[in-house]
Amino acid sequence: MNHWPFIIAAYAITIIGTLAIAVASYAGMRRAERQADALTRRD
Amino acid sequence: MHIFANPARFLSIARPLTPWLGWVGAVLIVAALFAGLFVTPRDYLQGESVRIMYVHVPAAWLGMAGWSGIATASLMQLIWRHPLAAVAARAIAVPGALFAAICLVTGSIWGRPTWGAWWEWDGRLTSMLVLFFLYLAYIALASAGAERGSNDRISAIFGVVGAANIPVIHYSVEWWRTLHQGQSIGLSGSTIDGSILWPLPIATLGFSLLFGAIVLMRMRALLAQAKVVARLKRMTAE
Repeated sequence: MNHWPFIIAAYAITIIGTLAIAVASYAGMRRAERQADALTRRD
Repeated sequence: MHIFANPARFLSIARPLTPWLGWVGAVLIVAALFAGLFVTPRDYLQGESVRIMYVHVPAAWLGMAGWSGIATASLMQLIWRHPLAAVAARAIAVPGALFAAICLVTGSIWGRPTWGAWWEWDGRLTSMLVLFFLYLAYIALASAGAERGSNDRISAIFGVVGAANIPVIHYSVEWWRTLHQGQSIGLSGSTIDGSILWPLPIATLGFSLLFGAIVLMRMRALLAQAKVVARLKRMTAE
């Protein structure tokens, strides 16, 4: 049995999952901190 | 530990630390996965499928370490009522669940060429699946608590009680006769040959640092959201 399709699938799932949560967490943090800063400036 | 419970002090440390953890973690991950794919030799028994270990083991470690973090933060929330403890536990939950899921999926992918089966109801696999469901339940409980705006003790108690599953996962390969292999890496050494083993600690460290950066980013987002809600409430009241 050729193992490489299994290896590629495992690496792809890990990399895509890790990148997705890192990007989503960064975007969520930036959005929330921008909103908080905008309210602080308004005061 | 108590000095970090102040959100302002926490942010002054978290802001410069987040990019460092993220970028150093990413570089280590890329180097370790490149080595795992193209530099290390194939295993004489498992063949090429041994390379899945470099993503599977860090994911398993983070799934378990994530819940240990939730349990520790929950305990601090219950005992000392640290304002940051509940935030930290909530921030860990989603990445912890993701890495538990990655562990299950990559383990399943490894099992097909190695065992000839995608899934077996053995002690290690089943207890890891239980951990994943515990994460989902914790996320639901914590989200419901946050919507109520209360200092949610129910999710904190659930976080502490759920930690009972961590030693079950760890010792499952010793307590029950399982298809999953026994402990390969311990304090006294490893049964894995050094030529195959060396990228594994690099990958584990890299994923752990990136996990730390993700948790800090999620904590910063939760703190900023809380600040917005508090300010809007104050503006409405004035």
